[in-house]
Amino acid sequence: MKEKLYKLIFMVLAFASLIFLLGIVFILFKESLPIFSKVNIGKFIFGRFWYPTYSPPEFGILPLILASAWVTFGAILVCVPLGVGSALYLNELAGPRQRAILKPLVELLASVPSVVFGFFGMVIVTPFLQKIFNLPTGLTAFNASLVLGVMATPTVCSIAEDALNYVPKSFREASFALGADRWQTLIQVVIPAAGSGISTAIILGMSRAIGETMTVLMVAGGAAVIPHTFLEPVRPMTAAIAAEMGEAPVGSSHYHALFAIALILFLVTFIFNIIAEIVSRRFRIKLGLSG
Amino acid sequence: MKNAIKMLMVLNLVFGFALTGYAGGPYGVDERKVIIEGSTTVLPIAQAAAETFMRQNPDTEIVVRGGGSGVGIASLIDKNCDIADSSRAIKDSELDKAVTNGVNPKAHVIAMDGLAVIVNPANPLNALSRKQIRDIYTGNISNWKDLGGNDQKIVVVSRDSSSGTFEAFGVLVLEGQKTRPDALMQASNQAVASVVAHTQGAIGYVGLGYISSEVKALRVDGILPSKETVLTDKYPVSRPLYMYTNGAVTGTTRDFIDFIMSKEGQKIVDEQGYVGLK
Repeated sequence: MKEKLYKLIFMVLAFASLIFLLGIVFILFKESLPIFSKVNIGKFIFGRFWYPTYSPPEFGILPLILASAWVTFGAILVCVPLGVGSALYLNELAGPRQRAILKPLVELLASVPSVVFGFFGMVIVTPFLQKIFNLPTGLTAFNASLVLGVMATPTVCSIAEDALNYVPKSFREASFALGADRWQTLIQVVIPAAGSGISTAIILGMSRAIGETMTVLMVAGGAAVIPHTFLEPVRPMTAAIAAEMGEAPVGSSHYHALFAIALILFLVTFIFNIIAEIVSRRFRIKLGLSG
Repeated sequence: MKNAIKMLMVLNLVFGFALTGYAGGPYGVDERKVIIEGSTTVLPIAQAAAETFMRQNPDTEIVVRGGGSGVGIASLIDKNCDIADSSRAIKDSELDKAVTNGVNPKAHVIAMDGLAVIVNPANPLNALSRKQIRDIYTGNISNWKDLGGNDQKIVVVSRDSSSGTFEAFGVLVLEGQKTRPDALMQASNQAVASVVAHTQGAIGYVGLGYISSEVKALRVDGILPSKETVLTDKYPVSRPLYMYTNGAVTGTTRDFIDFIMSKEGQKIVDEQGYVGLK
């Protein structure tokens, strides 16, 4: 009897997140669909100008999508070498004591609030970039990429390190037995075996970067133009939503357009996560860890 | 931050309804409920004033909605709200419509809206004309040397397009023309001031309350922005803000307007970054 009750309670808890997810998806669709009766969906996604409050308004979010893409891509260039590199060091080279200190420290980086990263980017990185590249402003896609890259590093490092850990000891032993040295074992056995786990780490790092809001709002500059180089100000989707939602009249086209941006963002991260899940499942099967 | 405020507003609404349900009973609910609708520029004043007013008069309920000046006035004409917030005077066409509907719009100027045009202190320029500022924001001029300044690219900083400040600047300076798309859109007055303070070639605009030693306010058409030049209507980038009611009102609506015009209400106006009348 008691056991049944506990089971029920925990079942409700387990389903709670599912209900939240469904609720969010429902609201996203409900609040974003009205915009598509006013603006053609193709024009919405591929429109080059975002002038939501003029009359007539223009709801083209291509500059926002490209801004998110550039910034995320830039962040990947920063967080993959940093994250995967530190995972390899932690797993392969660091002694147990070093590892006991380093790994929690890397994970501690993940607990720094994003507004602190944003502040750091604004006060330290911005004037620095402005000076070295001789730019009119240091608030650029490059700046956002750097800061986001550092923010996503713990995610990538932590998951990649777990993946390396899952590689069965026998793989390494077999490789050493065949006469391979440490480097050959790492490059030809361990990394390929952990490859899909590392890919999962990278994809989740991407999700982290594309969804980050506060930091890009503070350091990306906020200009809704199609970026040509990394050294220009951009306006990622999350920044547009955060900056404009507070003052968009409820129920207006602008309001629905912001929800539509959120929907697109949600779908993108959703797809990223599904890919990550598929890849990591393949990885477990490959290593014979589970069916 | 803004979302937090929105959430509070929602909670306020929900609890507000619950409370009036108890306190009001069948009598007098409408008397104590005031609906305010209109300009997003006036919205922060109305919202902040309503919060203080409701705290002092717990049996009243004030609902504040945005929508824009036109929406507010239309709503007043249709008798769907008690107070219409507006950042412009009522148009003749709206007045005609009001008369036909038996509504007699009465204007209350509750505050002045003044915007300072600011540049980095390192910028040698001290004054610009409205036309020059317009040329900068629309993209016709993109280097300071064309205005007699240093050979430096102009970094155009603007408020987000949904803010009342952006709208005011668009009306008073840009005359409806579009801001160049590569302007840096910032989410608050503070952010605009901060970017201008840290960027040599930057130009931006903020409420008068945000002028500090870190930025330099320009003379516009020869006039330096100050509380005085705004109140005497000499400074060109300023305008009155209105609340329209249907005739000379009574009851809670009257009390609320009186509250905004009081010293305490005008202090709220100042706190929200506008220019109080007193």
